[in-house]
Amino acid sequence: MAPSRRAAAAGLLASLLALTACGKGFDDNANQQTGNANLQILIGSSGDAETNAVKTAAAAWATATGNKATVIPAQDLSQQLGQAFAGGTPPDVFYVDASRLADYASLGALEAYTDRFTGGVDDFYPKLREAFTYKGKLYCVPKDFSTLALEINTDLWAKAKLTDADIPTTWDQLRSTAEKLKAAGVMPFTVTDTRDRLGAFMVAAGGWIVSKDGTQATADTPQNLQALQFVQGLLKSGLAVYPKQVDTGWGGEAFGKKKVAMAMEGNWIKGALQHDFPDVKYRVAPMPAGPAGPGTLSFTNCWGIAAKSQFKAQAIKFVEAMTAAEQQLAFAKAFGVMPSRASVKANYLQQFPDDKAFIDSADFAQGPVNAPKMDSVLKDFDSQLQGLANGNPKAILQRLQQNTEAALKG
Amino acid sequence: MRVLTLRRGRRSGIYGRQATAGWVFVAPVVLILGLFLLLPIVMALYVSFTRWNGQGSPFTGDVPMAGVDNYTDLFSKPGLARQDFMLSIRNNVYYVLIVVPVQTVVALFLALVVNQRLLKGKTFFRTAFFFPSVVSSVAISVVFLFLFTNSGAVNALLAALGIHGPAWFSDPRGVVHIVLTNTGLVDPSAPPSALAGHELFGLSWWEWLSGPSVALCAIIALVVWTTCGTFMLLYLAALQNVPVELEEASLLDGAGPFQRLRYVTLPLLRPTTFLVLTLGLIGTWQVFDQVYVMSQGDPAKTTLTPAFLSYRTAFRGFEYGTGAAISFVLFLIIVVLTLIQRWVLRERDGGAR
Repeated sequence: MAPSRRAAAAGLLASLLALTACGKGFDDNANQQTGNANLQILIGSSGDAETNAVKTAAAAWATATGNKATVIPAQDLSQQLGQAFAGGTPPDVFYVDASRLADYASLGALEAYTDRFTGGVDDFYPKLREAFTYKGKLYCVPKDFSTLALEINTDLWAKAKLTDADIPTTWDQLRSTAEKLKAAGVMPFTVTDTRDRLGAFMVAAGGWIVSKDGTQATADTPQNLQALQFVQGLLKSGLAVYPKQVDTGWGGEAFGKKKVAMAMEGNWIKGALQHDFPDVKYRVAPMPAGPAGPGTLSFTNCWGIAAKSQFKAQAIKFVEAMTAAEQQLAFAKAFGVMPSRASVKANYLQQFPDDKAFIDSADFAQGPVNAPKMDSVLKDFDSQLQGLANGNPKAILQRLQQNTEAALKG
Repeated sequence: MRVLTLRRGRRSGIYGRQATAGWVFVAPVVLILGLFLLLPIVMALYVSFTRWNGQGSPFTGDVPMAGVDNYTDLFSKPGLARQDFMLSIRNNVYYVLIVVPVQTVVALFLALVVNQRLLKGKTFFRTAFFFPSVVSSVAISVVFLFLFTNSGAVNALLAALGIHGPAWFSDPRGVVHIVLTNTGLVDPSAPPSALAGHELFGLSWWEWLSGPSVALCAIIALVVWTTCGTFMLLYLAALQNVPVELEEASLLDGAGPFQRLRYVTLPLLRPTTFLVLTLGLIGTWQVFDQVYVMSQGDPAKTTLTPAFLSYRTAFRGFEYGTGAAISFVLFLIIVVLTLIQRWVLRERDGGAR
């Protein structure tokens, strides 16, 4: 028994070594190929409308240039990209969410191609470019963007005998209007329990989680505390609810089901309401200004190109085609996003005048936290925000500060 | 038995070729298992000692080594990683402590019921109880999500009984905390300092003793419901092997139904109980699908489990080393607990199992 077992162990060890040697194969630096490319494009699609629009645009580009372009909609973009990077064969072009940019960039997975991009980088909104800049390098060009604004249900508004003059423009007015709505028996406001919504209050109070360059933790500040205390006040006095408390998955659903008179969501709410709740009458106002002026958040993806792609030159051409002014307008029409080029704004507003509140905030909207290793920290912050109504805002911010410092250090 | 033959074979020399033939016959399986099971495990073990970030191959010299830091950090380095890990351990301990006993008892009870000779429609009940086990766990999870919404069927049922149901998937408090708060024994904003002031691995005792959150309770209910059918089947098979003569003999000796269960049936079921407990223990420590589908660790990390945390750390946080380390700690926990359980359930009269 013993000798054969030893032989088997030796055999196994040999095959292990052989396989790890093979493993080195996928570390070879990819050679650039010229000529016609076969591009793999992984997109985190918002739905069929977006998938079809991108597929159509990619097919048109492929026919015009003689390349091949395969668009793959991801089930879970973050996970699929993570696995593709680990496997060593990432797609050539893919969406990169601004909140994940620093992670991918710090891994060295992204090609910083904007110096070879001939479509006019300066035309993209400066705030959006900031979101895709890591350590002074602009890695990719923004695909489109969304911002948060205040949606108001005009029927519930009328029911509480409110007029246009009651549309809140400051925090104080938000509170007093909410009190009027509550007195009329209407749940005034819903806000989702995540930094992606409550962060807007922190910005409006003059605070944010990290410093502008993303190197310092600035969570535990009086400004952030003021913001959380304001929201906590709304929650405690029953002037605002988290969507889950009224049995809905997100603010747009609570708003669409007429459970609340006001919601703060991005321009994606248009499509959702049109699709699921077509009878809701509403209007959109800018987010009420806080002590430090107007504050809102922006959400954006960019067209990332893999550092390991074999077709970088062709991929850049593809991105140029996808971000051309005409194409951006076509995408906007197809699935309700806002063009990331400033030069398209006037044309866009002509076609979608209702989106003024959303697109006007492009100049000051705060992008996601732009630093690596922050995903679990921000998840932890979100989990703390879930208990904000009965929690201690100061302690929540101290904890965020500690964790952010630790993450930024290592 | 086979080992015995082989040994004797070597001594006599006649069966020497049989050993070679045996190896040739099992070679394909050994190869496949080695390639797709053992090798990845060894590779993952190696990764758990590195700081591999998921770029390129982990087996090159460029990947920084971490030594045992990935393991020790989980236990001794204050910070988010340790805190998340300890929270996930806490949640999973509550999960195991409730799921394993409950599913075992329920499975045994169901098996005893459908094993009755007098029961009518036996096949129907057996199928009905077994049905949840063969349905996709993702599909069941989604159905349970609907049942447990704030205005879902469960809360409607509770309301009919005059109970105001909880907000199942948004209330982050543990049930022990909820009970203490609602009975007015403890003020949640100022927990007793004896508990809140002392900590173990970065979590205060107040947090360790929170009990499972209501969201975790919903997942527990789901899992018990789905798995007890499988274990019922195991018990049923064992019950059908209980000799009728023994039952008759105990009847003649004047044993009542409970005595018969206690002194005849249960001892005979001991190997099955061992199996059910072991499978239950392993399965519950590895809970993943339900968490992934239903809550992703929310509300407030009260449904975070080590398996899900390991996945999230690796594929979202790009800390593959830490993620792999978590999964090996989980592996050790399962092995140790199984050994303890084996020791507790050993045959006390010295007979070998």
